[in-house]
Amino acid sequence: MIKVASVNLPIDEELVIKKERIVPLNPTGNEKRISIVTGTHGDELEGQYICYELNRRIKNNPECLKGIVDIYPALNPLGIDSITRGIPAFDLDMNRIFPGSENGIMADYLAHKIVEDIKGSALCVDIHASNIFLMEIPQIRINELTKDELVPLAKMMNVNFIWVHSAATVLESTLAYSLNDIGTPTLVVEMGVGMRITKSYGNQLVDGILNTMKELGMWTGEVNKVCESIVSYDEDFEVNFINASSAGVFIPATKHWGKLKKGDYVGDIVDPLTGEILDKITSPCDGILFTLREYPICDEGSLIARILERDDEI
Amino acid sequence: MKKTILYEMKNLYRDDMRVTGYQFGEGEKSVCVVGSTRGNEIQQLFTCGLLVKTLKKIEKAGLINDGKSIMVIPSINTSSMNIEKRFWPTDNTDINRMFPGYALGETTQRIAGGVFEKINDYKYGIQFASFFMSGRFLPHVRMMMTENTSIEDAKKFGLQYIVKRNPRPFDTTTLNYNWQVWGTKAFSVYTHETANLDENSAMIGVYAVLNFLSQTGIINYSMHRGYNSSVINADEMYDIQTPIAGIFQPLCEVGDSVSKGQVISKIIDPYEGKTLAEIKAPEYGNVFFMNNKQLVYTNQILFKLTDDYTIIRKAENSEQ
Ligand SMILES: [Zn+2]
Repeated sequence: MIKVASVNLPIDEELVIKKERIVPLNPTGNEKRISIVTGTHGDELEGQYICYELNRRIKNNPECLKGIVDIYPALNPLGIDSITRGIPAFDLDMNRIFPGSENGIMADYLAHKIVEDIKGSALCVDIHASNIFLMEIPQIRINELTKDELVPLAKMMNVNFIWVHSAATVLESTLAYSLNDIGTPTLVVEMGVGMRITKSYGNQLVDGILNTMKELGMWTGEVNKVCESIVSYDEDFEVNFINASSAGVFIPATKHWGKLKKGDYVGDIVDPLTGEILDKITSPCDGILFTLREYPICDEGSLIARILERDDEI
Repeated sequence: MKKTILYEMKNLYRDDMRVTGYQFGEGEKSVCVVGSTRGNEIQQLFTCGLLVKTLKKIEKAGLINDGKSIMVIPSINTSSMNIEKRFWPTDNTDINRMFPGYALGETTQRIAGGVFEKINDYKYGIQFASFFMSGRFLPHVRMMMTENTSIEDAKKFGLQYIVKRNPRPFDTTTLNYNWQVWGTKAFSVYTHETANLDENSAMIGVYAVLNFLSQTGIINYSMHRGYNSSVINADEMYDIQTPIAGIFQPLCEVGDSVSKGQVISKIIDPYEGKTLAEIKAPEYGNVFFMNNKQLVYTNQILFKLTDDYTIIRKAENSEQ
């Protein structure tokens, strides 16, 4: 274990951001490095299984490793411990404070140390797990400013979907933006759902990481065949959002990553008090449903589903 | 006075959330005042309540000028306030990070959008705001420097200080920033407190708004003009950080003048009661902001000092 950053908390506790470094059996000194990071949001746990499984597979075949693997399972250890999305006591989303600063408040300092540590990697994979409300198909989200460099890398990662979105000023303070900005290619994975582990997705992404390492010359072991990703660019207006038209309880009627025709039944928002259906939700287009609401209680406006519009192959 | 519901959102088991506005005067949309956007902004809500009470009297006395109207919205987030949560009850999002909002978007985007649609065409916008760090402030006007802002207008509040700062990426989704994008001259007014009430500084906030209304010709109400405000750049204040985590024991108050080298706080060892660090003022200045949390983390900002005494410092340096 390596300490990436360490800070004393007020009462007899040291906050440590830990990483595990796995090196080849016979290092040449010129190895590429890949950084696998997760746990920025304390309620997103899918990355925990991925870190474990990647560690296990590499350590079972140490002779196949030709690069350096740095695994950071918990960028926000206090958040993970307390089921807090942000940094407890600071009321801050940790993914809105990068690149941080050496002399800043604790959160800024930690952000700074994290960026300094990952800087120079051949690739960084930042694994997120949506939130407690939504189930996401394994996907990589790319800021259009970096698409030329990142889309080819993302295609190696065995994700179902690559979403190239337009630039937003507010996203300039994310870890991925900060690292890409200083020339460390960083892919943001969103997959699964908050507070849970979806083992099949985890295995899929571990396959993708090993495949990418193989492509980058960092892994010589067997890799499972990876899927072909669907790539969507924002300017095509391909992603349709369905938001709840009224508050209520969402009962899904379709399966995640299912193909839908326009008008197909997605689910109902119901009122348990009266037994009424408040909103019968249907698909606004032909496409594939890649985000589906997992948490039943809805406010007006709560996101129910996202559908990638496709008229081919359906 | 006209009380209107500007926006309404239905809930499953709770009462509908209503955003209520109080309109005074008739005519041009002159100024809009917004109180709490977050659930713990009790002082901001309270200050708006006092303002409504005062404006009722001013309107009754016929002192609102013809063709001018004033809107006061005490809270746009009663759902969070009623359950003592700072952010939105279900998804923990911050309405003040959702502007200009979106009518077909997520819940807090809809609230922000629904309210903003009603208030984006005022000439002036004033928000009683709170800071992301918990603490007490000297009452002041805070403004983001964009093409649309003017220090001259900020001086019309007659508060002792105007703090100017440059917008950062995360500011682009606040009410203040979006008001300015839409052409409203926007200001944030800070009083002492957020989650606790402080009636004196709430009155200072009310008085500052009345001063502004009077100086801009919206009300015909002559009053003491207040201070000739000092303008401070947010980046030029002294941030006094603690070098060590522990229990924070302040030895001064917000508003105090402190001298160079004066011990302004101690950090105490939580187990053994001994002093871990003495925090000294690096320069002469006024205590502008003071942290109000008892446990502090390494590098946490304990105080912000103004640099009012630059002249004294310069004189001292020239003597050496
Ligand atoms: Zn996340």
